[in-house]
Order: sequence, then C-alpha cells, then structure tokens
Amino acid sequence: MLFEKKQNELTTMLIFSAIVLSMPIWLDPIGANYPDLLQKFAIFGIFAIGYNILFGLTGYLSFGHAIFIGVGSYTAVWSFKLLTMNVIPALALSVLLSGVVAVMVGYVSLRRSGIYFSILTLAFAQMFYNLAYSVLTPITNGETGLQLTTKDPRVIDRMFEAAGDGLPSTELFGISMSGYSGFYFCAVMLIVAFFLSLKVFNSPFGLKLKAIKSNQHRMKYTGYNTRPYLLSAFVISGMFAGLAGGLMAVTDPLAGAERMQWTASGEVVLMTILGGVGTLYGPLLGVAIIKYLENIFSSINEAVLYTLFDFLPVWLQDSMVVIVMPFVGEGWHLTLGLIFMTVVIFLPGGIIEGFQKMKDRFSKTNEQEKLKQGGE
Amino acid sequence: MDNKNKNNISRRDFVKTSATVAAVSAVPMFFTKGAYAKDFTNNPGRAGSVTLGFNVPQTGSYSDEGADELRAYKLAVKHLNGEGDGGLMNTMKPMNLKGNGILGKKVTYVTGDTQTKSDAARASAKRMIEKDGALMISGGSSSGVAIAVQGLAQEAGVIFMAGLTHSNDTTGKDKRRYGFRHFFNAKMSGSALGPVLKEEMGTDRNAYHLTADYTWGWTQEQSIKETTEALGWNTTATVKTPVGAGDFSQFITPILNSGADTLILNHYGKDMINSLTQAVQFGLRDKAVNGKQFEIIVPLYSRLMAQGAGENLKGILGTTNWDWQLQDEGSKAFVKSFGQEYGFPPSMAAHTCYVQTLLYANAVENAGTFYPPEVIRQLEGFKFDGMGNGATEYRAEDHQCFKDVLVVRGKQNPSSQFDLLDIVKEVPRSQVEYDASIFGGELGPYKA
Repeated sequence: MLFEKKQNELTTMLIFSAIVLSMPIWLDPIGANYPDLLQKFAIFGIFAIGYNILFGLTGYLSFGHAIFIGVGSYTAVWSFKLLTMNVIPALALSVLLSGVVAVMVGYVSLRRSGIYFSILTLAFAQMFYNLAYSVLTPITNGETGLQLTTKDPRVIDRMFEAAGDGLPSTELFGISMSGYSGFYFCAVMLIVAFFLSLKVFNSPFGLKLKAIKSNQHRMKYTGYNTRPYLLSAFVISGMFAGLAGGLMAVTDPLAGAERMQWTASGEVVLMTILGGVGTLYGPLLGVAIIKYLENIFSSINEAVLYTLFDFLPVWLQDSMVVIVMPFVGEGWHLTLGLIFMTVVIFLPGGIIEGFQKMKDRFSKTNEQEKLKQGGE
Repeated sequence: MDNKNKNNISRRDFVKTSATVAAVSAVPMFFTKGAYAKDFTNNPGRAGSVTLGFNVPQTGSYSDEGADELRAYKLAVKHLNGEGDGGLMNTMKPMNLKGNGILGKKVTYVTGDTQTKSDAARASAKRMIEKDGALMISGGSSSGVAIAVQGLAQEAGVIFMAGLTHSNDTTGKDKRRYGFRHFFNAKMSGSALGPVLKEEMGTDRNAYHLTADYTWGWTQEQSIKETTEALGWNTTATVKTPVGAGDFSQFITPILNSGADTLILNHYGKDMINSLTQAVQFGLRDKAVNGKQFEIIVPLYSRLMAQGAGENLKGILGTTNWDWQLQDEGSKAFVKSFGQEYGFPPSMAAHTCYVQTLLYANAVENAGTFYPPEVIRQLEGFKFDGMGNGATEYRAEDHQCFKDVLVVRGKQNPSSQFDLLDIVKEVPRSQVEYDASIFGGELGPYKA
C-alpha cells in the first residue's frame, strides 16, 4: 500500500518534471517559447503552488501574499547589491526573510478567520505597499524601483575579483541566470516546490489542514489546537512566495513597489480559482492561462490581426478585426474576465474539474461499451 | 524493511534522473547562447526585414501621451519604408536615409503596453527582444520606466531610444551606453524658465512644490528649486504625491495657509490635469498673498495636457520640448504629414518619438551595419538640423540631445482646440547647456 503510493508519487514527479522541462518545445507552436515568459510561468507557478497550500488546503483566503513576493524581491536585489551576484545567498535570504515577515503577518491575521482574515491580510498588503512606495524609499527606491549600479559594494564578489566594466549579471557559479539557463533554474525550483507541495498534500499535516477547511470547530473539539497548523501553512506559503519573489529578481535584477500592490495578491487568487482550488495541478494551469493572456494577447495589435485574417475577403477581414480588437491588445482583461466567468459559473471547481468531467464521461462510455460487448 | 530500502533507492534515482534530464535539456541552450554571443542580439543577418519595438503606456496616467507616441512611430515606420510624403526626411540634415527601409531592409514593428510600471515595461521589452527579435526599443512617457528599460537594453545589448522622459537621471546618474534621449530634461527646463520667472514674478516669492513621487518628480523639483532659489525665492515646502492619485485635494488645502504665493506643480499627464484643475477650483489663482497675486507654474507642459486642463491652464507658464506652431521647415513638414495622416497636429511626445526613430535609422545607415557598438558611435556626438529644434547635438558624454528649449504660456484666447499655447521665448541652446559630469553616473561598455 505504502509502496504503491510512493511509486505513484515517483511517476507523478517524473511526468511533471518532463512536462516542465520540455516547455520550450511544446509551447513553441503557440508563440510562448521565449525565456522571459517561460521564467514567468515557472515563477508564478511556485507562487501559486505555495498559495494553494494555504488557500486550497485550509480555505483561508489571503489577499496579502504579494507582500512576500515584494519582500523576496527586495531582499534578493539587496543581496546582489551588497554581497554577491551569486543567486544562492539571494534566494536563501529571500525565503528566510519572507518567512519571518510571514510569521508576523500570520500571527496577527490568523487570530480571525473567514472574511475578517481576508480583510486583515488586505490591510497588511496595503500597508506594506505604502511602506515600499513612499515611507521606506531609502531601502526600496520608491516608484522608480531598486536597481543594480556599478558602484554597489558586492563585498563577497570583490574578494575574488575586481569590478568589471559594466553591470554584472546574476549567476549560479558562472552560469548566467538570464535567458534559457535562467528558465531551467526556475524550472528546477518549480519541480522542487511541486515535490514539497505533493509531500504536504499527502502528509498527516496536510490532512489536518484539510480538516481545518472542512470543520475547524469539530477539530478543536477533538483536542487539536488549530492555530499552529494554520500558522505553519501560512508561513510555508509565504516562503514559497518569497522564493518566487527572489526568483523574479534573479531573472531580472530589479524590484519595484508595484509587485506588492493588492492587485498582485488578487492575481494569485484568480490563478488558483481559475485552475482549481485545492488541487495539485489547478493553480499551475491558472498561472499558464493568465500569464499567456497577459503577455501574448496583450501584444496583439491591429496589424497582427490583419495578417491573421488575411485569408478572408477584405470586407470580412475588416469586420473580423473590428470584432476581435476589443478582446486583444489592451482589452486582454476582457477576455480573461469572460473566461473567468465561464469557469466560475459552469465549473466551480476550476478547469481541473472540467478535465475530470471529461475523463469521467469517456471512462463511462468505455464501460458501457464493455458492458455491451460483454452482453453480446 | 525491504520495501523501505527500495523506496530510498527509487527516490535517489528520481533525483538523479531529473538532474540528468535538466542538464541534458539545458545543454543545447548554452551552445545556442554561445553562438549568438559571437555576433550580436537579434542580428537580422540576411533577413529581408528588421523589427523595431515600440513600448508605450497604453493604460494609466500617461496613456494619452502613449497613444500619440504610437501614432508617431507608425508614421516614422511608414516614412522609413518610403511610403507617405517622407515627413522630416525631407528636411533632416545631414541625412543618409533612402526611403527603402533601413540598410535596404523593410521596417516592421511590434508594440507593447508599459502600463507606466517598471515591471510591466521590462516584461514587455523582454518579449520584444526575446520573442519578436526587436533590434531597437523605443518608448517611454515616464522616466521611471525609461530608466528601467534602459538598464535592460544595456544588459540585452539592444539600443534604447528614449521617448518622453524628462528626469535628469535618464542621462544623468542612470545613463547607459545603450540609451539615448532626444527629449530635454528638468535641468534644462529650470535654466530656461529662470530668466522668464524673474522678469514676470520678481525675485521675492515663496514657492510651494507638489511633486510626483518618482525619479522625474524628484529631479524636476530639485532643478526648479535650484533655479528659483538662485533668483532669491524662498521654498516654503516640498510635498511628494503618489503617481496616479486622482484626488489631490488633501495636498492642496495646506497650501492655502502655508503663506506661499507660488505653486509649482511637478506633475505630468492626467496627474497634472487633476492637480491643476483642483488647485484652480480651490481658488488659489484668485488669491493674493503678501500683496502679490498667487501664481501657478507647471515646469513641464504639453499640448495634450493643455487640452485636458482646458480653461484652467490659461496664463500658466511652463516649458516644452517642441510645439507644433513652430515655423521652421522641419516643424512645418512634420505637422503637415502628421496632420494628413491623423487629422490633428502632433504633440511634443509624438515629435520626440518620431525624431528618435529617424535618428536611429540614420545612424544605422551611417554605420553601414546594425551592430550596436558601431551604431552607438555614430549617434554619439552626432550633429543635425532640420528636425524642428534648430541645430541639435547628441552629446557623446551623456547621450543627451542639446537644442533650443521653448518657454510657453497657456493661451488666453485659443482659436481652436489645438491652439492652446503661446510661445513666450525660444531659449537658445547655449543658455541651457550644463557640464555632463555634474550628475555623475557612468555610461558603461560598448559591448554588452
């Protein structure tokens, strides 16, 4: 029994790794194969996986997870500025510091549940955003964003070599962290994050979190103190977000306050719900859809549409362009909104539920056919 | 027990396998990267066309400017490809453009939305460079964004021709070898405004600053403050306001009792329209403080903002980079071809973006190659005329263009919805020049 479960885990992980690492190949036909977008898929994947541990398992809806993205980013950039361009210390510090912030935010917010918890986290998000935007300008450089300069001390790097001519780029022991190598690094991180999330889902700890979601009162009556479990879930998801924030800075060494805006926290909620709350793969699907729309759909302009509908007669081509135009380019939010509405109305369990339904239907028809054959 | 052992092995196997998979699939990427490094990013090679990336704000406070910039880029591409009436290609001197694209390759373009956010702007610029193969990125409308994208351009080895960006930092402490700015800056605005302010408002005033809280606002506040304090003015207070605030009333009320008699609005785009409108609604301009008429100054001005602010802008002083009412050959040619295309005159944002595109194309023609270091050397120290601002020079030390600056005033009796600004003075280039080293910063290497 146990062995079977492990075996299952292994196949899951192998398939998952294969899918993630081969993204440059199978995303090519839909125009999504370029390093920046691939990195975004992986990074936001980590963010959503972590968020799902809190929201999916315990049902606590946090509107403040962008805080940890921001903390992670700023920490990583400061590590690049002060210590070294190597990404390992940067990521370690990002995860650590966002964990510490998560303990503080979680300790206060988790005193309440339901909508009160959501509002508390929203308040924290707004507070941290304003801190980064104006109050802590010396640390965050406000609206302009924190960037590397040639004058940064970078003490560890300076011990080994003199400063180069231009701006140094982030690296992992000599491997540049931009472009495809940056994507593979993020992808490995995503696989590790997914593995951890799989472990949490299948562990007794995960079971307790699920119990909190289904009925916290009953759980308390049986003698469990739920607060430590909730806090651990909150901190774990905060650290995942910190890792994601750190990776953002790794692939592009710049941190801006807008990463901490409440809309960024809302985005991850959308991603999770769109894909399927509480499922292992759902949040990743949500990430892929939203990031694809944001980056590819938003770049479609009139000229692109005209070439797309080139095969049609001129009058039809013109009218098609007029019809489609509001849904692409600046209007990509409209498309996202429509998809989101459709999913929430018809598939409350997210896109994953859609797959499940399809699978059920097919297996049912198969069974019926089998029965038929048996009858004959 | 036996089972457990097996498990351990299989997990280790799993780690090994996934590591191998990662390594194997990464290998080809390293090789391709090495292959690219030999020439340069997005080398068009023998392709029949080249792609330029136009990255402008299509949403947010600066979207009006962004829309006009995009119009200008489309027009520039048209003219480069030999379509339309050629616009400034008829007046630019010296010029090597032939109207057959750039180096004989047809010019195509991709667009993106910066959302006036550094993150979004960089993501959009990266898409242009990595996916669409853009050889040059242009755009802006916010200095924060311009500086962020300029940094990226340097890393990627792609030239960035800044659009509307007015912060001293763009070609000051954050200047980059791969970034070029045709637009003027806050320091030049200050130098141009100084004498006019002295003449019109005297040497004894108390100024109150409202400043957009990012790099552009900061440097403009500093430059204007230096100018006015040199005239003998007092600075009562400087208050930072968030970008895109919408409602500025909480910042304007304190001015009424501050004892200040001059309000300096370091705002731009829709922010400036909102803050100015509210300042006028609060009755600031009807007040008299210390026996002097209360005055409002908007150091950076544009016709698009004047259209938005309407009545409220009448009589208010400011500076612009260019105005469509200028009567030199270049300006007339540009206004004519822009007007024919879109039915209304261009803004200064449109002008600078159009000129930047032509300047890049011309530099490539001069260099005879798209190889960025060669193109950069052509642009550095390039002297030209006939582009609407008189004789202009791209200073090699900081990649800032030097040219005449216009001091303007909101017109009292506009004859049309576009005729909104009176040109008070064309301040000659010599008066706004400054030493390139005062802001610090380093350009960095030619080879990215």
